[in-house]
Amino acid sequence: MNELDFDVVARTWPYLLSGLQYTLQLTVVAAIGGTIFGTLLAMARLSSIKPLSMIAAGYVNLMRSIPLLLVIFWFYFLVPIVIQYMTGSEFPIQFGADRSAYITFIMFEAAYFCEIMRAGIQSIPKGQVNAGYAIGLTYGQTMRLIILPQAFRNMLPILLTQTIVLFQDVSLVSLLNVTDFVGAAVKIAQRDSRVVEMYLFVAIVYFALCFTLSTGVKMLQKRIAIIR
Amino acid sequence: MNLGIFFEEIPDEGITWAWHLLNGVGWTLSTALLAWIVAFVLGSLIGVARTTDKTWMVRLGNAYVELFRNIPLIVQFFVWYFVVPGLIPAVKAWVTTLDPTQHQFVTAVVCLGFFTSARIAEQVRSGIQSLPRGQRNAGYALGLTQVQTYRYVLLPMAYRIIIPPLTSETMNLIKNTAVAYSIGLVELFFRTREMGEMTFRYFEAFTAATVLYVVMAMTANRVMAFIEKRVAVPGYIAGGK
Repeated sequence: MNELDFDVVARTWPYLLSGLQYTLQLTVVAAIGGTIFGTLLAMARLSSIKPLSMIAAGYVNLMRSIPLLLVIFWFYFLVPIVIQYMTGSEFPIQFGADRSAYITFIMFEAAYFCEIMRAGIQSIPKGQVNAGYAIGLTYGQTMRLIILPQAFRNMLPILLTQTIVLFQDVSLVSLLNVTDFVGAAVKIAQRDSRVVEMYLFVAIVYFALCFTLSTGVKMLQKRIAIIR
Repeated sequence: MNLGIFFEEIPDEGITWAWHLLNGVGWTLSTALLAWIVAFVLGSLIGVARTTDKTWMVRLGNAYVELFRNIPLIVQFFVWYFVVPGLIPAVKAWVTTLDPTQHQFVTAVVCLGFFTSARIAEQVRSGIQSLPRGQRNAGYALGLTQVQTYRYVLLPMAYRIIIPPLTSETMNLIKNTAVAYSIGLVELFFRTREMGEMTFRYFEAFTAATVLYVVMAMTANRVMAFIEKRVAVPGYIAGGK
């Protein structure tokens, strides 16, 4: 093991790439789904209907106070049972860890995106809501046409930063034996006993990707700051 | 839901599942506590380095923070556990003298300590930079050296200012200990999985873990709030209420 052999990366590149593709796919789907659900949750949290805001707050606080790993295993365990219940099937529907991960990450990220969108909505002056109502818009129209576009734009850098965090967090699904980027690397590392090379390579790829993305977000943040 | 399972004894172990999980809590908390100390010391040093007027120190500090923030925690665990001993013979020689549990524990403390230190460094830096420039100059005007200025003027205020973000980072640290499951540390999450797999009582095991994690997070929150109150400087908003 003293001789490093990075040839293993070249040999298994297609397999690693398919893992990376799954990671990216899951990140994008969870970011979009999480933003949509998170926005709805934020609106529920800010709602004047007490039970609604309390349920939303309870959900968000619970999600944020337990480890993501536990959430991943919770959903992996619960999703088949819930789907069995919904479809009225006799047996729990076997769903596969790679597919239940989509639901897990959408639901988990929704809690984090909710807090970001809540801050975004609250950063808009209250007068704008009143102005919306004054020109005869409904609540839905006021939100959709006036408040949310501005909240979204103001919070875009933070939403993107959270998406980079999400991109890193997705790696935890490898513990459910899913072949994401890390999962693929673990499998090869064990098969070819090239642990050092594989994990070093994975760390470098993640660093390069995340560093580039976060530098991009910083530049975007500066540009947006000038517009405002 | 069958709560009786927690009071059943584990075959061949002579202890109950409840005790088994609490033992996991012990591992989680001791890992988190030691890692917090590592993170606080390293984070303070790096955070201070990034506010000095030495360009090389600022650059080094920035590089440190970027390095630990842009690699997923689980990959960092693998790097500390497999790559570092694999590349450095001295570490390998030392690690082989440890038993597996010690090796896992040391790795978890070091990994979480470094990972969290990058975040604390960022908070310390922003805490120091949020202070009026006049405070630093006042220190120098009194004849204090740079070290003394940090020690007696800047850091005491900066630490107080960053207590709220430090609180959430402490809670994150406790949650992040669950990732040590990936290298086999027998912390709470590991024990929960074990209980699920051996008894098929996944629902009970996961529920217990959820409750225990929430209690730990809330306790950490209360402890930090207590500290915040105790060290509050009268007349400042920070920690005033």
